[in-house]
Amino acid sequence: MLSTAILIAFALVSAAIGLTLWRLLTGPDTPDRILALDTLYVNAIALLVLLGMHLSSALYFEAAILIAMMGFVGTVALCKYLLRGDIIE
Amino acid sequence: MKRRLLPHPILTPILALIWVLLSNSLSPGQILLGLLLGWIIPIFTRPFWPERVTIRKPATLLRFLVVVLYDILVANLAVAWLILRGSHHIRPAFVVVPLALRSDLGISLLANVISLTPGTVSSWLSPDRRRLVVQGLSVKDPAELINTIKGRYEAPLLEVFESC
Amino acid sequence: MLEITLSALIIIGALFTFIGSLGLVRMPDFYTRLHGPTKATTLGVGSLLIASMIYFSTQGQGVSFHEILVTLFLFITAPVSAHLLSKAALHLGVESLSKPPPEVERADADGAGTP
Repeated sequence: MLSTAILIAFALVSAAIGLTLWRLLTGPDTPDRILALDTLYVNAIALLVLLGMHLSSALYFEAAILIAMMGFVGTVALCKYLLRGDIIE
Repeated sequence: MKRRLLPHPILTPILALIWVLLSNSLSPGQILLGLLLGWIIPIFTRPFWPERVTIRKPATLLRFLVVVLYDILVANLAVAWLILRGSHHIRPAFVVVPLALRSDLGISLLANVISLTPGTVSSWLSPDRRRLVVQGLSVKDPAELINTIKGRYEAPLLEVFESC
Repeated sequence: MLEITLSALIIIGALFTFIGSLGLVRMPDFYTRLHGPTKATTLGVGSLLIASMIYFSTQGQGVSFHEILVTLFLFITAPVSAHLLSKAALHLGVESLSKPPPEVERADADGAGTP
């Protein structure tokens, strides 16, 4: 039952990643694309956590933490670039 | 003397807790190492933390946290329902909330709580830090939304961080 | 019993993640799109992480609680990035269904982007 649930969840999260990709490619404005990228990071974390449970391995956790941190820093840097036209002042 | 050795008494246990969570073990050695890091890091990064945080009413803070957690759950269900119903039922609007909070920490906590809870995202803070522009997904009555934000979230924060 | 709870948490989490991304596609303008990912997705991943915490704690290799760290991190960073994104969008004058308050444009015209 658990493995079936994980498989269904895989399908749902993959569909979510597909949707964010669509927004990333078509999104009319730059902020739309950044938002899509940010959502993509969060969905990737979800996918990694699911994979960790599917394979019964806690190894993927560090990757999830790294993606969470890098994703946040990336979003902030891109937003700051839009706001100021410069990242490091 | 006490200020130099322990500049931020609240930061130390938080850093120790993060270390213990990160190393994923409750062994005494890791806890000791976490406490050591929690003691040393605030001393070396003191210039980055000019404000000394004081919590005046821990009970109010705890009650506030419970309220916020409950609201996060409700807000998520509400937003999910709005997304599923489609874009014809939403009524987006910008609302300007006048702020009574003055400290940086208070304002940023309020902005975070607003973004996490009732179908609203805090969008813009005026340069003089007196007004916060909030974007609501489905605003029926702007005045009521402002009252909710001020009464439910800002009042407890004011009490905890700035009651003077 | 444990398996049912875990399965329910996983399905709920995945469903919320999906709905959040669906909002990203379905909503009409940028400011309404912002709501789906910041709220639904955060709760979705939080639920998945709680499921993972219970799963690894019952595997017999001792308790596992570093999932709390990622959950906390997401709950702190999601509103910050949402705030920055909508500030950037207001600054750029991204098209919106609802009219932004006039003072925003006035302050932006002064050239002072707030830190």
